[in-house]
Amino acid sequence: MSTETVHPTYNYKVVRQFSIMTVVWGIVGMSVGLLIAAQLVWPQMNFDTAWLSFGRLRPLHTNAVIFAFGGSALFATSYYVVQRTCQVTLFGGWLIPFSFWGWQLVIVLAAITLPLGITSTKEYAELEWPIDILLALVWMAYLVIFVGTIHKRKTSHIYVGNWFYLAFIIVVLVLHIVNSAVIPISLWKSYSIYPGTIDAMVQWWYGHNAVGFFLTAGFLGMMYYFVPKQSGRPIYSYRLSIVHFWALIATYIWAGGHHLHYTALPDWTQSVAMVMSIILLAPSWGGMINGMMTLSGAWHKLRTDPILRFLVVSLSFYGMSTFEGPMMAIKTVNALSHYTDWTIGHVHAGALGWVAMISIGATYHMIPKVFGKTGMHSTKLINVHFWLATAGTVLYICAMWVNGILQGLMWRAVNADGTLTYSFVEALEASHPGYFVRWMGGVLWVAGMLIMAFNVWQTVRSDKASTANVNPQVA
Amino acid sequence: MSPFWSAWISIITLAVIFGCSALLLMTRKSEKFKDATEATTGHVFDGIEELDNPLPMWWFQLFVGTVIFGLIYLVLYPGLGNYKGVLGWTSVNQWEEEIQHADNVYAPLFARYAALSAEDLLKDENRAGLLMGQRLYSNSCSVCHGTAATGAYGFPNLTDTDWLYGGSAETIKETIANGRTGSMPAWGSVLGESGVRDMTSYVLSLSGTTDLDAEAIARAKPKFQALCIACHGSDGTGTQALGAPNLTDKVWLYGSTYEKIAHTIRTGRAGSMPAHKDLLSENKINLIAGYVYSLSNKDK
Repeated sequence: MSTETVHPTYNYKVVRQFSIMTVVWGIVGMSVGLLIAAQLVWPQMNFDTAWLSFGRLRPLHTNAVIFAFGGSALFATSYYVVQRTCQVTLFGGWLIPFSFWGWQLVIVLAAITLPLGITSTKEYAELEWPIDILLALVWMAYLVIFVGTIHKRKTSHIYVGNWFYLAFIIVVLVLHIVNSAVIPISLWKSYSIYPGTIDAMVQWWYGHNAVGFFLTAGFLGMMYYFVPKQSGRPIYSYRLSIVHFWALIATYIWAGGHHLHYTALPDWTQSVAMVMSIILLAPSWGGMINGMMTLSGAWHKLRTDPILRFLVVSLSFYGMSTFEGPMMAIKTVNALSHYTDWTIGHVHAGALGWVAMISIGATYHMIPKVFGKTGMHSTKLINVHFWLATAGTVLYICAMWVNGILQGLMWRAVNADGTLTYSFVEALEASHPGYFVRWMGGVLWVAGMLIMAFNVWQTVRSDKASTANVNPQVA
Repeated sequence: MSPFWSAWISIITLAVIFGCSALLLMTRKSEKFKDATEATTGHVFDGIEELDNPLPMWWFQLFVGTVIFGLIYLVLYPGLGNYKGVLGWTSVNQWEEEIQHADNVYAPLFARYAALSAEDLLKDENRAGLLMGQRLYSNSCSVCHGTAATGAYGFPNLTDTDWLYGGSAETIKETIANGRTGSMPAWGSVLGESGVRDMTSYVLSLSGTTDLDAEAIARAKPKFQALCIACHGSDGTGTQALGAPNLTDKVWLYGSTYEKIAHTIRTGRAGSMPAHKDLLSENKINLIAGYVYSLSNKDK
């Protein structure tokens, strides 16, 4: 087979748009997170204003970081990767700008309705039905664009990164439509069509696969392109990618029930969810191994390349949180960890350490290329951002581990006569220092994102145009 | 569940597990190399090549290990549809066992004090029992009445000598076991707004507040004698049998300001102390009652 890589004119406009919005929504989403983290340290920070209160802003934070920041990063990188690895320009015509502007509209509507208290009350699916319909339409456009581009590819095979992106796009569409099935009673209020426990199971089937497909499969697609590309090394093992891809998507879809251990969910559902969660460990780690081992022979590059550092550290956090997840899915561990800050820490090990870090690394890689520049404005600032993000993540997750285990132990501690040793408020008081440390981790993260925004801005406006054109022939 | 759904669940669960295992084994079997290699698959994507390295041994073993764990778990525990599991475990019987265990271990501790009256519990030799009462109070009562039992807005202070339903040990026990429903009717429509304000002045005057409009008090007095005395008594000292508060002391459950009292008269109040007899054993209630009794009888 010819190893020659031919580059036609790619559609970079939509990649540029989504890349910039990745940075913008990253700052917005994390700033809202910082505010609500501050509210847990200093409750008066809600200023006695309904729309600034924790309950309203928490869903805004999660939606903004997952769907606005993470989503924009996935759109940007998937459009970039699918074009370059298929060696064709993006398929879809007007659907392409529709996917960008439609997605931005969904986010803006979320940012308006959630603080107003308009919510379906389903976690990570809080948006009300009119916005859900728009979201579904945008996502279908995304699917058509992606599949259309793969269909007209010039390469014989479909690159592994695109398998992951495609699985993510298809499954998220299914999850979103099934979980958002409601009966509207007015423009801004609806009720789920599922009753009681079934509704809870559908919600966590959705919720866990938002993690599994949106935050894992999608970003593994990103990993499979940017890690080999930035390190200049081949993918470690093609056969490993086959096994871990199919095993990952086959088992992830079952694991949602572990969010409902020791609830009204039938025992068999809980058992199956736990078993599948444990079997999920090896398939999850397959991605980490393939990424890490790809770097063998290129480790020295870590000394000089902070973008590669972002990618490698993201894989470390990915490996750590995908070990932690199956452990927390074991019923006896879950009995301690459930409802505590440990869960919050676990989510952020994934969201900050894995999702955000790899998105940031990919964005730093991509920005100069899609804007036709020789490189980022300042490598030094990327390095500063890297250390702020790493230190912030470590502070965050350590604080939540300590808090989570402390809460779990305090809640279950009993006296010799069987009474509880601690009241709830005593456990809350003991968590206060942890909440402060978590907030400091958030400060570091937001500071890093602001530095990134400056760096990106300086890169975009600089006149140091790449010697090649916007679509460099050199791979 | 029906046999169909039971079979459906079992089949697809095992199909996923065995399917993943088969893929793992087949991929391993087709390996051309046993060690790390620089041989590629021949695919190139935007300059990215793929090596044909074997599955790492430790990873393969980890995968097989989790599959074996999963299968054993599904034999031991309920998971495959209607299959109950070898151990016969259910979350309900685990809960029942834990409750049984707790009863076995803790019930004798409480039984020791079961025969003691609240007065007896105040004695020094029964101090341990009183402390158990305090801990039970912290678990079950402090959310409303406060950890120091000093109450909160709408929730009575238990440390003073002012009792809505009576402060004897027996009455306290009765209150905890069966709960209380306090009900102050709304008088706004009967009295009219000016009548409500007159009555507020009159009620405030009962507990010795001065600086009030004497004419308003005079206007309200006959209405009080007509409408309020059935519960609060003609002198306003209340009726414990009905839970009607004494209006002549300075203790106010819903606030002591003029506007708060006017609001109480205008729109009424509904207080609710939940019944605990189904939540706590009789012996535990006995100890809680003893602790609550001790709060206002420290000198005895």
